[in-house]
Amino acid sequence: MRIALFVTCVNDLVYPGTGRAVVRILERLGHTVEFPVEQSCCGQMHANSGYRAEALPLVRGFVDTFGRYDAVVAPSGSCVAMVRESYPRLAAPDPGLAAAVADLAPRVHELSELLVDVLGVTDVGAAFPHRVTYHPTCHGLRMLRLGDRPLRLLRAVRGLDLVTLPGAEECCGFGGTFAVKNADVSAAMLADKCAAVRDTGAAYVAAADNSCLAHIGGGLSRRTGTEPETPRAIHYAEILEHT
Amino acid sequence: MSAGTGNIVAPLPFPTAARRELADGQLRANLRRATHTIRDKRLRVVDEVPDWEALRRSGAAIKDDVLARLPELLEQFEAAATAAGATVHWARNSAEACAVVTELVRRTGSTEVVKVKSMVTQEIGLNEALAEAGIAAVETDLAELIVQLADDTPSHILVPAIHYNRRQIRDIFASRMPGVDLDALTDDPPALADAARRHLRAKFLSARVAISGANFAVAETGTLAVVESEGNGRMCLTLPETLISVVGVEKLLPTFRDLEVFLQLLPRSSTGERMNPYTSLWTGVTPGDGPATLHIVLVDNGRTRTLADPVGRQALRCIRCSACLNVCPVYERVGGHAYGSVYPGPIGAILSPQMTGPDSGANRTLPYASTLCGACFDACPVRIDIPEVLVHLRQRGVDALRGRPSAERTAMRALSWAMRDRRRYAAALRAARRGAAPLRLVTGSRGQVRRLPWPLSAWTASRDAPLPAKETFRDWWAGRDRTSGGRSGDDRA
Repeated sequence: MRIALFVTCVNDLVYPGTGRAVVRILERLGHTVEFPVEQSCCGQMHANSGYRAEALPLVRGFVDTFGRYDAVVAPSGSCVAMVRESYPRLAAPDPGLAAAVADLAPRVHELSELLVDVLGVTDVGAAFPHRVTYHPTCHGLRMLRLGDRPLRLLRAVRGLDLVTLPGAEECCGFGGTFAVKNADVSAAMLADKCAAVRDTGAAYVAAADNSCLAHIGGGLSRRTGTEPETPRAIHYAEILEHT
Repeated sequence: MSAGTGNIVAPLPFPTAARRELADGQLRANLRRATHTIRDKRLRVVDEVPDWEALRRSGAAIKDDVLARLPELLEQFEAAATAAGATVHWARNSAEACAVVTELVRRTGSTEVVKVKSMVTQEIGLNEALAEAGIAAVETDLAELIVQLADDTPSHILVPAIHYNRRQIRDIFASRMPGVDLDALTDDPPALADAARRHLRAKFLSARVAISGANFAVAETGTLAVVESEGNGRMCLTLPETLISVVGVEKLLPTFRDLEVFLQLLPRSSTGERMNPYTSLWTGVTPGDGPATLHIVLVDNGRTRTLADPVGRQALRCIRCSACLNVCPVYERVGGHAYGSVYPGPIGAILSPQMTGPDSGANRTLPYASTLCGACFDACPVRIDIPEVLVHLRQRGVDALRGRPSAERTAMRALSWAMRDRRRYAAALRAARRGAAPLRLVTGSRGQVRRLPWPLSAWTASRDAPLPAKETFRDWWAGRDRTSGGRSGDDRA
C-alpha cells in the first residue's frame, strides 16, 4: 500500500516533530511513507473565511498531488475534515474536480483512522510514562466522528495514565481566524478549557490538531507561567512515537 | 422581496457587543448554569428515542417540502383558515405587520391586550408599536413578563430571562410588579411563580383581546398550534373575545399528520421534556367555544429573501427550539444580547443577516461569531447545517466586497498564490522561518512568544504564540532522503 503523508502547512512550518512522529510510527509498523513535496495547504483557512476563489487552486493542488496514492494520512482532524467534508462542496461547480474529489476523499485519513480502521492497529508499541488528558478537537469529533479511536491508541501506550477531561467535547475557542476576529470570546472559552485541563492534574494535554493545541498550550503557559507543573500541549502522534 | 426590518438588526458589531457582555461575570455564571442544565436534560430525552435521527431527517424533509411549495401552501392555508371563520392578513415587513395588528386592536376599542410568548411579535417590535398607539401589551409567559417588567429585551428564544438568576428576578418583581405582596416574595421559585400568577390572573380575566404567535400552521386544515409549558397560552387562546395570531410564513406544515413529527422533535429539543405540558390547536372560530373573532397575520419580513438563497434557505426550517443556543460555546459566554437581534446564537447568526440582507451593517459580523465547532448542527432537530451556512454567508460577504481594497483579501490572495506552487511555497516557509528568527531572543523556556505586533497582538493578548521550527518538515525530509537513514533531533527553539 502506498501511503502518502499530508503533513499540513502548520505542521510543516511550526510543528515538524508531529510529521516526523507519523513517519516513525508507520515505519516502525513496517510501512513505507512517501512525502510528495508538491503538497502545501488544504485551503481550510481560505474556505472557512469565505475566500472560495482563493481556496479552489489549493483544492486542485491537493487532488493533483495525492490522487495517485492508496492512502493519505494527515496528523490533523481539521485538515482531513476539510478534504472529506468541504472539498465536495467547493468542487461541486466543476464536474471534473468534483469527480476527482469524490474519488480521493475516502482515501484521506486522520492518523487514528489510518491506524485503527485501515491498518487494524491499536498498540503501536509506544511507551510514555506520564499522566495525559485528551481534548477531542471539534472537527475530528463532529465532522470526522473519530470517536474513541485516539483514546484506544493512547490506552495501549505503556505507562500512560489517561485521565478524563471534564467538558472535553466543548470547543477550546480556537476556530481559525475566530481567535483573532473574536479574540475576547475566544479567550473566554480558552480560559475555561485551560482550567479544565489544569484540574485533571495531567502533565500533558493531547489532541489531534496542533492549531488547537497552539491555542490551548499558549493559554496554559500564559496563565501559569512555565513552572514544571503546567500541563504541556502535545499532539498525540508524538506520544505514540515515544518508546 | 423586501428586506426584513424590526428587532433583527444588530446595532453594534458582534465583537464589540460581545466584549461588553463578557465583562459581566454574573451573566456568565447565570448562562453557564442555565445552558448546561438544559443541555443535559435535552441529551437525556433525545438519547432515549431510538429513531431520533430518522425523526430529524423527517423534520428536515417536511420543512424542505414546505419551502419548495411555499406560495401554494400559503394559499391553501389561507383558504382553509378563511373557510373555518378566520380572517387572514398579509404583511411584507415589520411595519406593515405592526400596522395591521394595531388597527385590528384599535377597532375592538381595547387599550390592553394579553400576549402569548411569540418570537415573531418580538421580531417586528409589536409591543413598542402598540404602546405608541396607546395600547398596553401584557406578556403572560413568566420569563417574558420578567423581561418586560425589567424593561429589558429577551436574551434567549425559549428562556428570554436566562440572563437573570432568581435573586435578580426577585428584585425585579419587588420593584416593578404593581401590588406585589413584598412579605410573601422570596427568591424561592414557587414564591416567584405565585406572585406572577396573581399578577397575571387579573389580566387574563379582564382581557378582551389576545395576541399570539404560532409554532405551526397547517396548510391542509388552516389550523394553528402553540406549544407551551405554563398554561398562560391556553388562557390567552381561549378566554378573550378576539384573538390575533401573528405567524411567520415559514411556520407552515403541509398536513395535520406532519404534527406527529414536530410534536416529538420540538419539546425534547427545546425544554428537554418528552412532551410539553400544553399543546393548543385552533382552527378558525367555534361558536360558543373560545374567541369569536380570529385574525391571522402572515408575515414575510425577509423570509422570501432568505428563501431565494439555495444554501442559506435551510435556516427557514428552524422551529425556534433553541437547542443550538444551549450547546453553543460562544452563546454560553456572551448571551443573547451580544447578537443584537431577537434571534441570538448560532441560528440568529445565520437568520438575522439573511432576513435583513447584505446592507444590514453590523449583521455582517454575525457569521463570524462562531468557531465552526459544529455542536449546533448536531443538536438541530431539523438538521440545519449551521456551520455550512455560516461559511456560505462569509463567502457572500467576501464576494460582495470584491474589488474593494482589504488587507485581509490581500493576505489571503498572497497566501493562496504562494501555496499553489511548490517552489514559492518552500520559499515562503523559509521566509517565515527567517522572519521569526529574531523572536527567538525573546522566547520563554518553551520557545513561545509573549507579545506580537498587530494584528497578531489579538492572539498574544491572551495566549503565548509558537514560533516556526528551526527546520521545516520538508527540509528534514530532504535531509533524511539524502542520508537515506533518517535523522532526528530537537528542532524546537
